[in-house]
Amino acid sequence: MLTKRIIPCLDIKDGHTVKGINFLELRSVGDPVEMAEAYSGQGADELVFLDISATIEGRKAFSELVERIALHINIPFTVGGGISTVEDAAVLLRAGADKVSVNSAAVRNPSLISDIASRFGAQCVVVAVDARNVDGVWRVTTHGGSRLSDKELFSWAKQAEALGAGEILFTSMDHDGTCGGYACAEYRKLSDILGIPVIASGGAGNAGHIVDVLSPEGGNADAALAASIFHYGDVRIPDLKRQLAACGIPVRQVPGSTTAG
Amino acid sequence: MVGIIDYEAGNIRSVENALKRLGADYILSRDASVLSECDRLLLPGVGEAGWAMMKLKERNLVDFIRNAGQPLLGICLGMQLLCEWSEEGNVECLGVFGCRVRHFRTALSRTSGLKIPHMGWNSISSLGTALFDRIQNGEYMYFVHSYFADICEDTAAVTEYGLPFSAALCRGNFMGCQFHPEKSGDAGERVIANFLEM
Repeated sequence: MLTKRIIPCLDIKDGHTVKGINFLELRSVGDPVEMAEAYSGQGADELVFLDISATIEGRKAFSELVERIALHINIPFTVGGGISTVEDAAVLLRAGADKVSVNSAAVRNPSLISDIASRFGAQCVVVAVDARNVDGVWRVTTHGGSRLSDKELFSWAKQAEALGAGEILFTSMDHDGTCGGYACAEYRKLSDILGIPVIASGGAGNAGHIVDVLSPEGGNADAALAASIFHYGDVRIPDLKRQLAACGIPVRQVPGSTTAG
Repeated sequence: MVGIIDYEAGNIRSVENALKRLGADYILSRDASVLSECDRLLLPGVGEAGWAMMKLKERNLVDFIRNAGQPLLGICLGMQLLCEWSEEGNVECLGVFGCRVRHFRTALSRTSGLKIPHMGWNSISSLGTALFDRIQNGEYMYFVHSYFADICEDTAAVTEYGLPFSAALCRGNFMGCQFHPEKSGDAGERVIANFLEM
């Protein structure tokens, strides 16, 4: 049976992780490759690396990092942050990333999705959508949630699918950072209207929130992405997977994955 | 020496990285005379079947692959190319394995609610080749595909996605896996290591 995926997300600046993991004994807290290996060993199903560098040097360091990650880890990973052209995507895919995620640039220029999909395949295009509820309408935002666009979440997700998106990664800006749970009703609707996988992001505060967003009666998302709760050790992936399995949600158990850090 | 058959398929890099992690020597070549010297062959693949068959024909690799005597492993599209025929591009393939390749959309009912491509970790069972030595029945592997190979007498592992399909195929020295062992964690790495020990 196809399993639901658990995806830790790492923010990278100038080739280093912004937040260290504080529950694993790492030689170098800021080394993304070591963090990636640690998560992979714990049973993470995929990883996401978001480049938040603001400089050209930082971006170059990121693509070099992608090469190192690809050499060292043996599970799929997605990279994103600031991809605005097909060439940006090509550099990262050639460096060894399995998928790229596009966000603001696709809102501005939707054909970016079809351009990347037609050249590298739909399976490697993740369309990330940040949206917030404004007077009952889920408005798509850009630039990390700071700007409202004229697009609406559900119609934009459908359009992205039609353009060749392989997956939709929706972050509710109303839930992100609250640790109060995911926007389950919205994931459920996305899952109903789309024929491609939906990744939930934003709001995880405990393992129960992840159970809710993945369960068929809840958000019915195909995958759950989270950052802080994994980095700070509030939720450990082997424990989370045991809890999901106990709730009847199919997950991949990794034999020998360690619980303690 | 592992010969990676180069037909401009995408994502050869991840297969190369997996071989590097395992410390295996490899060479990437489109030249049958170079590849025939290798003691095992890899047919990787991300791409479209019709286009891939055209590339193999252009490079005069079709008969070379069919007649290969060393262990040969096809991955994903590489496995599908070793089948008789693919619905993708309606193309006659290499005909090593006795089955056909169809789109999930053709085979699954519209009401199944299953998403296509079949993407993510799924379990493999009914394991029937040395490729799976020390791999447990029910182990999870990473899949990304919209086309699948039917169950046939060469089926060496079965996965279910709305219907049972061939997760791996084996006939003599020819093997194929639909999943990506190079992206399937430590279990996948063991599959490649088993191939390197044959």
